[in-house]
Formats: sequence, C-alpha cells, structure tokens
Amino acid sequence: MEKKKLVLVGNGMAGVRAVEEILKVAPEKFEITIFGSEPHPNYNRILLSKVLQGDTEVKDITLNDWDWYETNNIRLYTDETVVKADPGRKVVVSDKGRIEPYDELILATGSVPFILPIPGADKEGVTAFRDLEDTDKMLQASKKYKKAAVIGGGVLGLEAARGLLNLGMEVSVIHISTFLMERQLDETAGKLLQKELEKQGMNFLLEKQTQAIIGNERVEGLIFSDGTVLEADLVVMAVGIRPNIKLAQESGLQVNRGIVVNDFLETSIPHIYSVGECAEHNGIPYGLVAPLYEQGKVLAKHICGVETAPYKGSVLSTQLKVSGVEVFSAGDFLEDKEKKALKIFDDYEGVYKKMVFRGNQIVGAVLFGDSQEGNRLFSLIKKQADISETAKVSLLQPVGQDTGDSLVAEMSSEETVCGCNGVSKGRIIESIQAEGCTTVDQIKACTSASRSCGGCKPLVADLLQHTLGADFDRSIQKEAICSCTSLSRDEVVEEIRSKGLTHVKEVMNVLGWVSEEGCSKCRPAINYYLGMVHPTRYEDERESRYVNERLHANIQKDGTYSVVPRMYGGVTNSNDLRKIADVVDKYEIPLVKVTGGQRIDLFGVKKEDLPKVWSDLDMPSGYAYGKSLRTVKTCVGEQFCRFGTQDSMGVGAALEKKFEGLQTPHKVKMAVSACPRSCAESGFKDIGFIGIDGGWEIYVGGNGGNHVRRGDLLYKVKTDEELMEITGAYLQYYRETASYLERTSAWVDRVGLPHIQSVLDDKEKRKELNVRMDEALSVYKDPWKEIINNNKTKNELFESLVRS
Amino acid sequence: MVNKSVVKVLIGSMHELPEKLGKTVKVGGIDIAVFRLSNGKIRAIENRCPHKGGVLTEGLVSGDSVFCPMHDWKICLEDGKVQAPDTGCVQTYKTVVENGKVYLIIEE
Ligand code: SRM
Ligand SMILES: Cc1cc2nc3c(=O)[nH]c(=O)nc-3n(C[C@H](O)[C@H](O)[C@H](O)COP(=O)(O)OP(=O)(O)OC[C@H]3O[C@@H](n4cnc5c(N)ncnc54)[C@H](O)[C@@H]3O)c2cc1C
Ligand code: SF4
Ligand code: FES
Repeated sequence: MEKKKLVLVGNGMAGVRAVEEILKVAPEKFEITIFGSEPHPNYNRILLSKVLQGDTEVKDITLNDWDWYETNNIRLYTDETVVKADPGRKVVVSDKGRIEPYDELILATGSVPFILPIPGADKEGVTAFRDLEDTDKMLQASKKYKKAAVIGGGVLGLEAARGLLNLGMEVSVIHISTFLMERQLDETAGKLLQKELEKQGMNFLLEKQTQAIIGNERVEGLIFSDGTVLEADLVVMAVGIRPNIKLAQESGLQVNRGIVVNDFLETSIPHIYSVGECAEHNGIPYGLVAPLYEQGKVLAKHICGVETAPYKGSVLSTQLKVSGVEVFSAGDFLEDKEKKALKIFDDYEGVYKKMVFRGNQIVGAVLFGDSQEGNRLFSLIKKQADISETAKVSLLQPVGQDTGDSLVAEMSSEETVCGCNGVSKGRIIESIQAEGCTTVDQIKACTSASRSCGGCKPLVADLLQHTLGADFDRSIQKEAICSCTSLSRDEVVEEIRSKGLTHVKEVMNVLGWVSEEGCSKCRPAINYYLGMVHPTRYEDERESRYVNERLHANIQKDGTYSVVPRMYGGVTNSNDLRKIADVVDKYEIPLVKVTGGQRIDLFGVKKEDLPKVWSDLDMPSGYAYGKSLRTVKTCVGEQFCRFGTQDSMGVGAALEKKFEGLQTPHKVKMAVSACPRSCAESGFKDIGFIGIDGGWEIYVGGNGGNHVRRGDLLYKVKTDEELMEITGAYLQYYRETASYLERTSAWVDRVGLPHIQSVLDDKEKRKELNVRMDEALSVYKDPWKEIINNNKTKNELFESLVRS
Repeated sequence: MVNKSVVKVLIGSMHELPEKLGKTVKVGGIDIAVFRLSNGKIRAIENRCPHKGGVLTEGLVSGDSVFCPMHDWKICLEDGKVQAPDTGCVQTYKTVVENGKVYLIIEE
C-alpha cells in the first residue's frame, strides 16, 4: 500500500513530539516531511535558560539529532519556512519555492515573542528570549557589555535575568505589576521571590512602564513613563508570547488568538491539524510543554485512526528554573469568596506554602522556598481530590521536616512524577521492576521522565531509592562504572587489591557482573585497573582493548589506519624525514599531515600494511591512539630564542622518553615552554611547564578539548630533577586514583588541587609514588617492534582470512 | 518455490580464529566478519555497521554481541539485530565446522 504523506510545519517541541507519538502508534503509516525555520534539529527550548545560566551546553539540549530523522526516514528541511498552505491542491509552499504535497498536514508553528511596540525596539542590542539565536546574542553581548535590562518579571524574564547575572552582567528587571510572576504567584510569594533574587544580585524596578528605547545604532538606555531613565547596553524583552498564526491565517484557517482546534486537534479545514503553542483549544492557547505533549498523544492516535479519548484541556503547573530558588505554582491559586486558602509561612526559613480549596476540593497551590511536594499536590489538583478537614494540614508537611522517601511512598501509582511528559509513579516503578532500570538516565531513556525541564530528577531518584531499597545507593548510583554492575570504580579497584583478582573475567565473575562478558565500557576499564594494580605481573588483555589500542594505530572512518611515529619534543631530523618520505611513497599513503601535537601523521594506511610500515620506519610508536602519554610539545627555548631561560626542547624530550608508553586512565599531554610567553601552550595541558629565571613552574589539570580548562599552578621548582620527581609522583597519583577515561582536568576538579598538593608535599609519599611509577615504566616495550618480531601476534591481529 | 543456490565456502581453520577477535574474509565482493566466541561457536556477519558503515571485525566482542568500533552500537551476532535504543540489522551468515575447518554457507 502506498504510504500517506504527512507534512509537519514547525520543527519544534510540540510538533516533533507529535511525530514521535505517531511513529509509536503506526511506524509505517506515513511518509513524513518536516519543515523548520530554525537551522537546527529539534532541541529542548526549555533548557535555553540553563544554557544561558551556564549549567548546560548547547550540544546537550538536542532532543532529536540528525540521525534520528534519518533513522526514521523523515525528510527534514531546516532553515526553510512554509509560507503558504493550499488546502484545495493539498500542498504547502516554502520560502525556497519548494512545493510539497500532503495527505495530512500538521501546523506546529509555536509562538512568536511579543515585542513592545515602542520607539527604539528595533535597535541593535534589543532581543527576545525564544531560540538559540537569541541565547547566543545574549552570550555574545555579555562578553562586550556590562549593563542588562530585562523587561518582564515573569518566569521567562527572571530566568533570563539569572542567566545574565551568571554571565557577569549587572541586571535590572523592569516589571509593570506590583510584584513578580503575578500570573503564577500571590503577593506574599511574589515579594519573597523578589527578596531572594535581590540577594542574588538582581535589581528590580516595579510598577514601571517602558516608553522608549534610546541610543544610536545600539541601545543605550530605557525611558519610563514616569520620566525616569535607566542605562542599558542589552535589553531583553520577555513580556509575553503570541501564538504564531500567520501561516494559518493566510491559508484561510479559522483563527482566534491561536489556530482554533477541536478536541481532536482538527482545525476548521479537513486534513489540517494544529498542535502546540500555536493552537487554541477551548479558548486557551497553552504555553508549557505538558499540555502540548498531551495534545500530541491525542493527535497521534486520531491521525493514525486509532480510537482515543478526546483532549479536554489541561491544568497548569509552573516551576521557576533559577538555581537557589524553589518556586512552584499550580491550578487556581488565588483565594476569593468561594475558595479558601490554607497557608503556612515561616519567615525564618523563608518558606511559604499555600493550598486553595473549593469546599473540600483542592484546586490550586503555591509553594515558595521548599517545593518538594509540588508534583504531589499537582496530581491532587488535577484530580480535584476531595480532602477531609484533618488531612488538609498534613498535606503541607511541617516546615523543615525531611520528607524524601515518605513522599514518594505515599504517592498513589497514577500520580504524575514528570509533569512535562506525563509520566506516572506507576510507569516509573514498572520501568525499574520490569525493564530493569537502575539509574535516572535509564529511566529517562525508557519513559521520557525528566527528559524536558529536568525538574523531577530528584523525585525520580527518590523513587529508585524507594523501589530498590537497600540495593540503591545514591553515591554509587552516579558512579557505577557501567550498567553491568552497581559497583563504583573505587569499589572495583579495592576488590581487585583485597581479593587479589588477576583477570578481567575473574573480576566480573567474583564481583557478580550482570552480563557475563561485560561491555565496551567496563572491559577496557577493568583491564586498565588490573594493569595499574599489578604492573609487572598483569598480562594485558587485548580482547578487552578498544581497537586503536589493540592494533596500535587509529582507526579511520573508512577502516584504514593512521600512523604517528614518536618525534621526541617535536624535534626531528633529516634521517627520520627521509624514512617517512620513503614509506609514504612505497605504501602509497594518501595523506601526510602535521598534527596539532607537533609531529607527523600518516593517514589512510591499510591494516595489512601496518606492520610493514612500522618496520620500514624503524621509529618508536608515538602512541597517538593510546590512553597514555601522547606528545610533549616544546618551544624552541634557550638554545635559539632570545627570551628562553631554560632548555625546553631538552626537558621535553627527556619527559617524553621517560614516560612514553605509560598506561594512564586517559590520554596525557604535556608541554614545555622556556619562558612565560608559553609558546608551547603549557597552560592548557595535563601537565605544563613554564621556564622562569632559575627554575620551572608546573601547571596541572589543563585541557584544550571539550571543556577548556586552564591549568592550575601546582609547584615552582628549581631543578630539572625536582621537575621529574614531581611529575612522576603526580602522574602516579593520577593513575592510582582516577577513573578510567577521566582526564586529569576532571580529576583535579573532583579531588581538588589542595588535596593533591597535600599528598605531594609529603616527601615519603612522593618517594613511594615514584617507586611505583618506576615499576610501571619498567615493563614498557615499544609495541610496534614487539608485533613485528612476533609472527603469531602479527598473524592473529593483522592477517585476513584467505579462502582457498 | 524460488530457486536458491547454496554455496559452501572454506574460509580457514579453527586455529586461525583467535577467541573474541574478529577476522575479515571476502566472499564474492562482500566483506564478512567472522568471530569465534568464548563458547567456541563461530559467527559470521556482514562487515558493515548499519549506522555509518563501521568495520565490525574490529569491534569488542562480548558474549554473542559485538560493539561497533565507530560509535559503539551493540549488534547481536546471532540474528544481526542492533540493540535498542539504536535500530537496524545486518546480514548474518551460517557457518559450519568440519574436521577443524570452517565453512561459510552462502545462500544466493
Ligand atoms: C591527529 C590529531 C588532529 C590533527 O590532525 O592535528 C588528532 C586526532 C584525533 N583526536 Fe585529538 N587530535 C590531535 C590533537 C588534539 C589536541 C591538540 C593538542 O594535543 O595540543 C586536542 C586538544 C587538547 C587536549 O587534549 O586537551 C585534542 C582533543 C581531542 C579530544 C578531546 C579530549 C578532551 O579531553 O576533551 C578527543 C576525544 C577523546 O580523546 O576522547 C580527541 C580524539 C581524537 C581522535 C583520536 C578521534 C578518534 O578517537 O578517532 C582523532 C584521531 C584521528 C585519526 O583518525 O587518526 N582529540 N586532539 C592531533 C594529534 C596530536 C598528536 O600528535 O598526537
Ligand atoms: C527560555 C524558555 C524557557 C522555557 N521554560 C519552560 C519550562 O520550564 N516548562 C515548560 O513547560 N515550558 C517552558 N518553555 C516553553 C516551551 O519551550 C514551549 O511551550 C514549547 O517549546 C512550545 O513548543 P511548540 O512546538 O509549540 O513551539 P516551538 O518549540 O517554538 O516550535 C515551533 C517551531 O516552528 C518553527 N516555525 C514557525 N513557523 C514556521 C513555518 N511557517 N515554517 C517552518 N517552521 C516554522 C519555529 O521556528 C520553531 O522552531 C520555555 C520557553 C523558553 C523560550
Ligand atoms: S577535531 Fe579531532 S576528533 Fe574532531 S574531527 Fe578533527 S581530528 Fe577528529
Ligand atoms: S558506524 Fe557503527 S556505530 Fe556508527
């Protein structure tokens, strides 16, 4: 049967979620095409606040990566806006002139931020807070400018303001009402919130109406209706959003505030549906993901022809994602003649809790300072639960009492834990008991709980604890080395030492691994720990090595390999260069490149040629593939440079000779510069040395990769011998205490520089560490030579089967 | 019934297959990855990861699965299925061992 064509306009949170739901219900039914104005795959808009606040990186907020679209055979046009839908011909037309036919069409165009229609609103430096581009604009502005003004004291404005504070700006929030977040909070809570945020450094201008934005090209300030002025070089408008109905309107659909839809998300024209912030159901366009996801579920079933209950609207709950502040609000939170409130207010602790009842029915709540019970109250509110007089007070736990476990224990199984994704307690317990989930991340993968705003993570962890009981330990929880075990790195190493375990398989058997032969995470890790504990006795297990470390070369995307010979301290000579040149010719090596690590890389070598290439080069392996010492970069130093005060090339080569082939938890890079100009970039290396008059500074924990980290000064030393001694002890301590795949930068952050210094300050310990280091180094043999000289290994690793 | 020809191809001896290390063999232009599992069984699959074409021969073998060396997808050597949350499938091939010799059975 020919597949029906489904077109989605709007590659955002609601639309793509609806498509996910459709794929769940009927994966083969539609040929799907998605248009999105933004140049990105679907990302988690909610977490833009966290990106701005610096807790999350842009790359961590992708919800569906490019591969997802490809895997599900979805045609995706990004950076392309649909400008017209023609219900008569059943096609949509894009701004690039593309005409795409549809059988069913979903409009999920979201909202547009409302920009105050005041003079100057179009100046440079004025932005909304809606998408990645806006976020980026703010990040960039914070690097150049100091004064930010946020117009709007609602959730979005406050989250933006907190982010800008974190970015080092002075932030003023301008709000038209008498207290903050008046659409979610009552006056008491609003004022408490203001006090708390003022403590964090925010400045508030309440009851102010902005009349104009002043400046030349770029904004320089705001003028208010009372004549006062505020200086600002960044203005963020967070005064509200409007459903994006332009396309719908121009295509003849019935619109009101939003695109009008019925209980099955059908618009006024057959075969056109709408979901998300652009849709208006029963007079309400919603602006939070939970209701949009509920809509998506109904829409998916309906469009796939599966019977479903109609969408009947949603009760809303709000949480403010600002660190250090707990605010929760849900339902109908204002008391009046018919609705009575029950309040608890502890001025000391800054805690305020309020529940609103109609008769005995709970209809709304506001929590400030302690929002633990939020989700639970929200479930009761959604059910409009009937609560007896006596039970009312106990609903609001006495202030200061530790709730935790009892809270999740008391929840009924249909109560919602993850509001955004509508995941109940029962569903999570099922994922733990029936699907074997043992971490918050696994539960997220199974059920989507905590996949959106992340606010329910603590509750999910509580549930794990409650369900698994004694088997669950929060600290191990985070650190179990992989899903084959619940043991942490420290426990595994301790067991290896105390039980004298000597083989990977033995470790897994004795320590009760759940999978018989482990996985790609734990096998290499155990192999490393065993080698670290028993340096001279342990025989490396090559089946537990990642391919690069098994074949001593870097695998490439096409299955060929790269070869990097040692070039101590980045210094070479005509002889080595000649050999390299000859090898390149002889084996027709397609690319020769100087690496970022000051040496030469031969790319695209065929697997079966590797041993021959090594043999012809007759140079030691540069370990460019290893969890080991990589390169020691050097600057030219005192031998030639007019500023050099030390022999950087000499020391660099000596370090590389001494530590080459050392097995470490992750790769280790060094650099030696002969003066503080640091031309070898010593400040961003695992260990960096900077020559000063009469000695060296030693920097540690630097990193130039994923998370750039500047190295910390560990010691100043006078002689090259001291330099070697400190380096040996430091590296050995890293080898003994870091987790496999933990770079020194992460390790230094975790254990703390003062702790490391206290260990190295102790002369005895330093000596012992060096003794163990020397033991580990004593077994080093150049792996390329070893393989060349051992026919059995060579055949096993490098020969293909030849059929006869 | 469709015509099917079954070809039996000798690819080597048991001792040429080290445990838990993959070997490549080319049969009629197709790259096939052959593994000897720790339980002694021989398994053969197409040497091409359904994700982005990674060479499965070089993967880490655990039980009856192999982890692709490119991006760590886990693929079952019994049925060729990719393990969730990833999806996909690779072609598997039957093997037989007779007198220490390993044969691939290719149905065409
Ligand atoms: C060849 C080289 C790029 C080049 O053409 O210059 C390179 C190539 C690779 N780098 Fe790199 N890195 C190279 C210098 C760097 C540098 C620069 C430096 O060392 O001064 C960095 C940043 C500095 C640092 O590490 O702090 C760097 C940070 C990374 C990272 C991120 C590490 C991190 O902690 O964030 C990875 C990923 C990893 O190791 O997990 C990586 C991983 C890789 C891998 C091994 C990816 C892989 O697993 O296949 C690349 C292998 C390519 C190949 O097919 O052979 N490469 N890589 C450089 C080799 C240097 C050498 O001579 O050994
Ligand atoms: C900073 C921030 C924090 C937030 N925090 C929360 C929170 O904590 N909790 C919560 O529940 N909600 C939060 N929200 C709201 C939530 O992000 C939205 O409710 C949700 O993203 C709406 O989904 P949507 O698909 O309707 O719209 P969107 O996610 O905006 O997706 C619509 C997409 O359609 C595209 N588009 C529009 N017109 C066209 C066209 N003609 N052709 C092609 N593409 C088009 C747009 O570019 C956009 O990418 C927050 C929002 C922001 C901005
Ligand atoms: S930055 Fe490094 S890992 Fe990334 S593509 Fe370049 S060489 Fe490969
Ligand atoms: S190619 Fe195999 S996991 Fe990506």
